[in-house]
Amino acid sequence: MTMQILNTVLVVTAMNAVLALVLVIAERFLANYGTCRIVVNKEKDLDVRGGSTLLSSLGSQKIFLPSACGGRGTCAYCKCKVLSGAGPVLPTEQALLSSEEIDAQIRLACQVKVKEDIDIEIPEALFRIQEFQAKVAVLEDLTHDIKLLRLNLLLPDTIRFKSGQYIQLQTKPYNGVKEIAQRAYSIASPNYEKQTIDLIIRLVPDGICTTWVHQYLQLEETITFIGPMGDFYLREGDGEVVMVAGGSGMAPMASVLMEMAKNKNPRKVTYLFGAVSKKDLFYIDEMRNLEEQLENFTFIPVLSQPDPKDQWKGETGLITVPLAEHLKKIDSSTSQGYLCGSPGMVNACVKMMKENGLTHDRIFYDPFA
Amino acid sequence: MEGLSPWILFFAAIFTGNILLTYFLGMCSFLSVSRQVNTSLGLGLAVTFVLTITAAINHVIYFQILEPLGIAYLQYIVFIVVIAAIVQFLEMFIERYSELLYLNLGIFLPLITVNCAILGVSLFMVIRRYTFIQSVFFGLGSGLGWLLAILAMAGIRERLNEKKIPPALRGPGIALIITGIMAMAFIGFSGMVQIQ
Repeated sequence: MTMQILNTVLVVTAMNAVLALVLVIAERFLANYGTCRIVVNKEKDLDVRGGSTLLSSLGSQKIFLPSACGGRGTCAYCKCKVLSGAGPVLPTEQALLSSEEIDAQIRLACQVKVKEDIDIEIPEALFRIQEFQAKVAVLEDLTHDIKLLRLNLLLPDTIRFKSGQYIQLQTKPYNGVKEIAQRAYSIASPNYEKQTIDLIIRLVPDGICTTWVHQYLQLEETITFIGPMGDFYLREGDGEVVMVAGGSGMAPMASVLMEMAKNKNPRKVTYLFGAVSKKDLFYIDEMRNLEEQLENFTFIPVLSQPDPKDQWKGETGLITVPLAEHLKKIDSSTSQGYLCGSPGMVNACVKMMKENGLTHDRIFYDPFA
Repeated sequence: MEGLSPWILFFAAIFTGNILLTYFLGMCSFLSVSRQVNTSLGLGLAVTFVLTITAAINHVIYFQILEPLGIAYLQYIVFIVVIAAIVQFLEMFIERYSELLYLNLGIFLPLITVNCAILGVSLFMVIRRYTFIQSVFFGLGSGLGWLLAILAMAGIRERLNEKKIPPALRGPGIALIITGIMAMAFIGFSGMVQIQ
């Protein structure tokens, strides 16, 4: 009996040891890609450990491509030109790349794996994206589920950005969540404030980053973000600016409007802000102040389901209704549309704007999701 | 089983005793990955590779180690661990040399570990007491039989894309019916070689 137990244990142990050894050797030779060289714009050589995605390899070398979705292959912001060394276009990329882009060797950096030396081109502007250390200066409730997060920049201590752009906040591990996530948030403060930035963050149920900010982040804590990124900023033009935002989509609009106020910009601006009921409204005083500073600015809050207690006398219902009414009144051949909010709201409003004569090239929004 | 030629076993495993169409083993990946011929070929080759290697290794382990030591009852755990290790190896290999195939196979590549065709072949080999050479031929033949079945299925399903199928039967419904018809067609081979 003892003999049998001994045999059993020995055989199982020895066999597992042999198999483990085989796999260790295989790992050394198959899963180890050694050091690979990334050549950026033919001028900068980076040596990285192979095996990870191009996006994270570049990130480890402090070159940050924008990535609103955090590397899941849905936002297509991390597009870059790969001249050689990327292998075939993957099925995960195909949906997000046009055939012209595929012909021009454009790839998604979050999907391409660095397995050999690789030669890429990225726009110069992206080199301006930096990693910042910042201290939490203010963390206060704007509504029951939206917080204002003000960050004092430590290193570097100033930031240059266009009002309306966003940054990517990096979470820290907390309460059982081990992974470090990056999530995009628009800067709510104007670009003339260079030493602090404001973020407006709504609590998303089970959201990794929003839960962290709402429930775990402490005042005075030092955190990391990268930025600035994005193509959402006020474009030149004479036509009316039509802004539509919902919830934390207030952030980039507030930034753009505050900059306009400082520059005494005379353009006509109409801003429709959607919320459920009065308890979801915030920044109302700031907007009324801006209305006084900007002669041609109108702020219209729209509540979808006002509470009877709210005694709401303003616009009620879906935001697309007042939007459509307004669009019919204005000259849609020169006006520009700026949107920020939930994908459902943005899609519905983009559709409404297109139906009312705004062309695709005059509608701007950040597709965060 | 000493006398049986390995070649007979080889062809019997492909046609008369096709592991999939006669024994209905390894159905889940067969149904899920049989939409494109290329991917099916990749998975079929991967299964064939794992089947052949594990048949050989498990034969040596069972008849040279487990049985002489009187611990044959360890066969399941031993077989499964060997299969898992081979699949892990294969996954590293495919990830390195064909990212495209790796992404197309997705979760079905690691799931080869629990593809019942593979454990099935190892167990048949033990029950029927094949010799080492017979086992390798049987494993290879079973793998090629599985490959043949999934390739035929993928070919048919690619063509079905252009056909009008009643909505309720689209996807797995029609696939199961076709599998049944294919299995019946394979009965036609059954008179050729008899193995048990």
